[in-house]
Amino acid sequence: MPMLPDSHGRFGSYGGRYVPETLMPALLELEAEYAKAKKDRRFQTDLAYYLKQYVGRPTSLYRADRLTKKFGGAKIYLKREDLCHTGAHKINNAIGQVLLAMRMKKRRIIAETGAGQHGVATATAAAMFGLECEVYMGTEDMQRQALNVFRMRLLGATVTGVDAGSRTLKDAISEAMRDWTTNVRTTHYILGSVLGAHPYPMMIRDFQAIIGKEARKQILAAEGRLPDYLVACVGGGSNSIGLFHAFLRDPKVKMIGVEAGGLGIESGKHAARFSGGKTGVLQGTMTYLLQDENGQINLTHSVSAGLDYAAVGPEHSLYHDQGRIEYTSATDAEALSAFDLLAREEGIVPALESAHAIAEVVKLAPKLRKSQLIIANLSGRGDKDVQQVAKMRGVEL
Amino acid sequence: MSGRLETTFETLRKKKQKALIAYLMAGDPGLAETEQLVLALEEAGADIIELGVPFSDPIADGPVIQQAAERALKSGTSLRKILASVKSLRQRTEIPIVLMLYYNSIHAMGCEEFCKTASTAGVDGLIVPDMPPDEAGPLKKPADAAGLPLIFLLAPTSTTDRRKLVAKESHGFVYYVSLTGITGSKLSNVGDIQDNIKKLRKVSGSPVAVGFGVATPEDAARVSKIADGVIVGSAIVKRIASHQQDSAMISHVAEFVRSLKLAMATNHLAP
Repeated sequence: MPMLPDSHGRFGSYGGRYVPETLMPALLELEAEYAKAKKDRRFQTDLAYYLKQYVGRPTSLYRADRLTKKFGGAKIYLKREDLCHTGAHKINNAIGQVLLAMRMKKRRIIAETGAGQHGVATATAAAMFGLECEVYMGTEDMQRQALNVFRMRLLGATVTGVDAGSRTLKDAISEAMRDWTTNVRTTHYILGSVLGAHPYPMMIRDFQAIIGKEARKQILAAEGRLPDYLVACVGGGSNSIGLFHAFLRDPKVKMIGVEAGGLGIESGKHAARFSGGKTGVLQGTMTYLLQDENGQINLTHSVSAGLDYAAVGPEHSLYHDQGRIEYTSATDAEALSAFDLLAREEGIVPALESAHAIAEVVKLAPKLRKSQLIIANLSGRGDKDVQQVAKMRGVEL
Repeated sequence: MSGRLETTFETLRKKKQKALIAYLMAGDPGLAETEQLVLALEEAGADIIELGVPFSDPIADGPVIQQAAERALKSGTSLRKILASVKSLRQRTEIPIVLMLYYNSIHAMGCEEFCKTASTAGVDGLIVPDMPPDEAGPLKKPADAAGLPLIFLLAPTSTTDRRKLVAKESHGFVYYVSLTGITGSKLSNVGDIQDNIKKLRKVSGSPVAVGFGVATPEDAARVSKIADGVIVGSAIVKRIASHQQDSAMISHVAEFVRSLKLAMATNHLAP
């Protein structure tokens, strides 16, 4: 398997660098600086230190016995990214990129956020290093994730609402790119998922790949063998590529990425790019997109703000075409039911994003033998979603 | 091949004039109005028309052009309809028309079909703000075959290497982005623009047009002293936006364009 991406930031025909010229020098600088940092022992030591002492890594690989018993099929393990500081895997990337920003002497950090998890992680890392931080968030998302908006403000970040388009993640990314275009000399843009122009999809994958590296060691220690299935939700695709990456060269390990099925694929109100998407360019990268016949980007829908996005990371598009990863979807209703199930059976309230992965486990586990193993990525905890779920059920808090 | 774009710059150069490039968002408020505007702006002194193709997610544009794109999409505008409009305009005018469009609009239609259709319709050049020369591969061949110049952007942040690359790849003219930012921002220091244009001229023989942030007749006059062309976008679109329901919209906008051209001309008569 060749090293991906190639020197043009391509994963096969996907990826690349479709940005205004103003940003090209900054992307080239970032690529060069990241290449240096990768080889710099000091950078790696610093990163490892913060991941261990501040984030709380390694996160555990938890054997979910009650869930396993309930389905009577494969043995189910959960990779507990929800136990990371700030409650999701997003901090792995935020710490890595803040360290890079410091190397480039950029003292102002900007980020976009959908569910608010990446915004909180970035605000946290910026606070810890004393950097100025501004987070762009769609006003629709600000409403459904009000708790995270308040958390970011507590952490000293400025949260700027974006009132354009669908008022969700996509519009927040566009606005962050505009800010970066304007302030590129002093500002580093911490993109939150394996999206955007090269080197972001590669760099963010590398920062998240620790999830799979740990999980691989942990499952070998616990079971003496590799798992049969890996399952993770796919919005932009950072937690999934993070878990999958260390197993890509193991052909026996099957991988399933779960997209947001929203109100059902047939309703058209979803964010399942591999069910009805076509290739195109959005926000810096060539990948699968939900778009109309004229190339206008469709409005997406998901109960989960973190999966509610019209594009998917370019590396996923390649693995989709190659058939290395299978992509499926879970509807809002299936995710909500998995949200309840995990809370009651295992005492873990998952993020609505991660609940999509659990929904796939619900379908998959009963079909497998008891000797088979599944690792599902529990990418985040659900505290941020409690208010929204209560509201949907008519419960006043 | 000597196209309308080249002829226009050449004619102006002989008259010691600079090109006024007026930007319109195609389909704002409707394509019929856009066609009328093209003719009215030509009459008011515009030398080249830059026609924006609305896109749902325009990352290089500020709020004024974003909102214009939203209005244009709401009025049912599509790339194919815009190309049909250009074709129809070609029976009435020879003013050079360049399209400014995001890469996904081209990709959705297919590079080859798009270039053929655009060239046949009478389009004179392409500006693709999210496609740096590094990513132009798939479009270059069909654009060359159709005789459509690709016009690339150069920014204040561009390094020497980038400047050389843009100079080499850009045809028709080089679009110099006057500021580090998005469309409709405030014009920055003209001295800095001048320094960068000087550096560009050392590596490029193409005309240089300056855009982003040129909003007033005074701005246009200042920029026309140092560049071959002056691009005015958001300031025009803003006037279209504020006269949406107004029957005199076209004459208001034409009046503004006349004032831009006048300021540029007066500037050149001054010692």
